[in-house]
Amino acid sequence: MATQTFLDANELVLNMGPQHPSTHGVLRVILKLDGEKVIGTDCIIGYLHRGIEKIGENRTYPMFAPYVDRMDYISAVSNGLGYCLAVEKLLGVEAPPKAQAVRVILTEMNRITSHLVWLGTHALDIGAITPVFYTFREREEALKIFEAYCGARLTTHAFRIGGLQYDLYDTFERDVRKFCDDFLPRIDEYEQLLTGNRIWVERLTGIGILTAEDCKRYGVTGPLLRAAGVQWDIRKAFPYSGYERYEFDVPIGRNADTYDRYLVRMQEMRQSVRIIRQAVDGIPEGPIMAKVPKVMKPPAGEVYVSIEAPKGELGYYIISDGTITPYRVRVRPPSFVNLQALDKMAKGALIADIVAIIGTIDIVLGEVDR
Amino acid sequence: MIRKLLRTILLVDLFEGLWVTFRSQAPKHIYTEQYPAQRPQVAERYRGAPRLNNNPETGETLCIACDLCAIACPEQLIVVSSVRNPQTRRKELTDFTYDLSRCMFCGLCEDACPVDALELTQDFEIAQYSREGLIWDRQMLEEGPKPTQYKS
Repeated sequence: MATQTFLDANELVLNMGPQHPSTHGVLRVILKLDGEKVIGTDCIIGYLHRGIEKIGENRTYPMFAPYVDRMDYISAVSNGLGYCLAVEKLLGVEAPPKAQAVRVILTEMNRITSHLVWLGTHALDIGAITPVFYTFREREEALKIFEAYCGARLTTHAFRIGGLQYDLYDTFERDVRKFCDDFLPRIDEYEQLLTGNRIWVERLTGIGILTAEDCKRYGVTGPLLRAAGVQWDIRKAFPYSGYERYEFDVPIGRNADTYDRYLVRMQEMRQSVRIIRQAVDGIPEGPIMAKVPKVMKPPAGEVYVSIEAPKGELGYYIISDGTITPYRVRVRPPSFVNLQALDKMAKGALIADIVAIIGTIDIVLGEVDR
Repeated sequence: MIRKLLRTILLVDLFEGLWVTFRSQAPKHIYTEQYPAQRPQVAERYRGAPRLNNNPETGETLCIACDLCAIACPEQLIVVSSVRNPQTRRKELTDFTYDLSRCMFCGLCEDACPVDALELTQDFEIAQYSREGLIWDRQMLEEGPKPTQYKS
C-alpha cells in the first residue's frame, strides 16, 4: 500500500524506539516519512506487558492492591484509590470521612508529582533542560511526605480497601501546608521559564491539534480533552471520595494544541494546591478504617468505577463471582486510550514535533501495556 | 514598540536571566547526598528489609508461627515451618524463609502479623551478589543486613 509522496519518491519507514529516550519508556513508533514530514504512524506496544489484569484473577482482593501501583508508577496513589473505590463499591462499604480527606490530599499531591514529571520530561524533550531540575526538586518534597506517611516513595500502596492502614503521622498537616506554601511560587517560576519563552511557544503552538470531536471519537480524556475546550472532569461530574465538598475550577483551553495542554496542566497544579489546602484544613476526627470483613467475599456482580487520574479517566471494571478472588479485573487506563490519538495528531507534523506530541499525551508505558 | 526597543537596548532579558542565576548561587536546601559516606535518613515507616523480632528481654522469638503472613503475601514468598511442642501444646517456630528477590515491599505481611514479630525495617541496603543470597533464613532475618560502613 504505497502512498503518493512528494516527487513520487518512496516513503521512508523509520523506527522510533523502543529504546528512544523521548518515547518515555518502551514505546515503538513506526514512522512513515516523506522527507521530514510524517505521513502516518504505527504504535507497537506490549514491551512492558506483565499481565496485571490476569494476575488480578489469581489474587484475593486485598492482595491485588499493590499490583495496581505498578501500572502507572508515576501516579501510584491514584491507581490505588481507583481500585479501592471499586472494591468498596462491590462490598457496599464506604471509607470514613477522615480516610476520604486523607485520600484526597494524597491523590492531589500525586497529581502534582505526576504533572511535575510530565513537565520536566516534556521540556527536556523539547530542549529546555532547566525545568527538569526545578520540578524534581519540588517532587522530592512531595515524595518525602509520601514516604513519611506510608513508607514508600513511588509504589506507595497507601490505601487499603475500606480506608487507610496508616494513621497520620504527627507533623503531616504541617508538612502538607508547608509543601503548598512553598509550591505555589515555584509554579510561577516554571511559568517564568517556559510560558513566555519564545522557543517554547514556537515549538508548541499549533502542534498536535486534537479537536473536541476527535477527542470524543477516540475516547480521549484528561488534560487533552480539557485543552480542547470540553469542561469534563470526573471529580466534578461523578464526585468520589468527597470531592463534592471542595471548591475548585476545571481549567480548559481553547486551541486544543500542545501549548494549551501545557497551560491546562499548569492550572491543574494550582487547583490541586487549592484542593489540598481545603482538605488539610478540614480533616475530620474519627476512625480511618470502615468495617470490612477479614476475608473479603463480595457478592456476585460487576462494578465499574472511574476516577480522574492525572492522565485522564482511570476506570476499574471488576466482576465478582462471590469467591475471594475476582472473576475478572479490567482496567481502563488513560494513557492507553489517549495514545490512540497519536496517529491523528502526528499526521502532517515534522519528526521533531513527534517528540513534542508523545510528550504532550503524557503516557506511562507501564500503564499502556499493563 | 518603543518599550520593546528599550528592553533590547538595556538588555533587560539578560539581566532578568542573570538574576535567576545569581539567586540560585547559595541554595538553602542542598539535595545532593554524598551517599556511601553519608547515609540518607529514611522515614520511620519506611518499608525496607524484613526483620523477625525477638523479645528484647528473653531473646526468644516473638513469632508464634501462625502462618498469617504467608497467607497474606501476594507473592507467596514466606514459608513458616514449625513443630508442635507436646508439653505446652503450642506451635514453635523452627525455620522462617523469606524470599526477598520476589518481595515488592507492600507491607501486607507486616499488617497481618498479630504479634509484631515480622516487621519491614528502615534498612534499605539489601543488594546481594547472587539470587540465592536474597533468600533469607531465620538467622538472617533476625540479624538483619550488615552493610559496609564507609567513612567520609
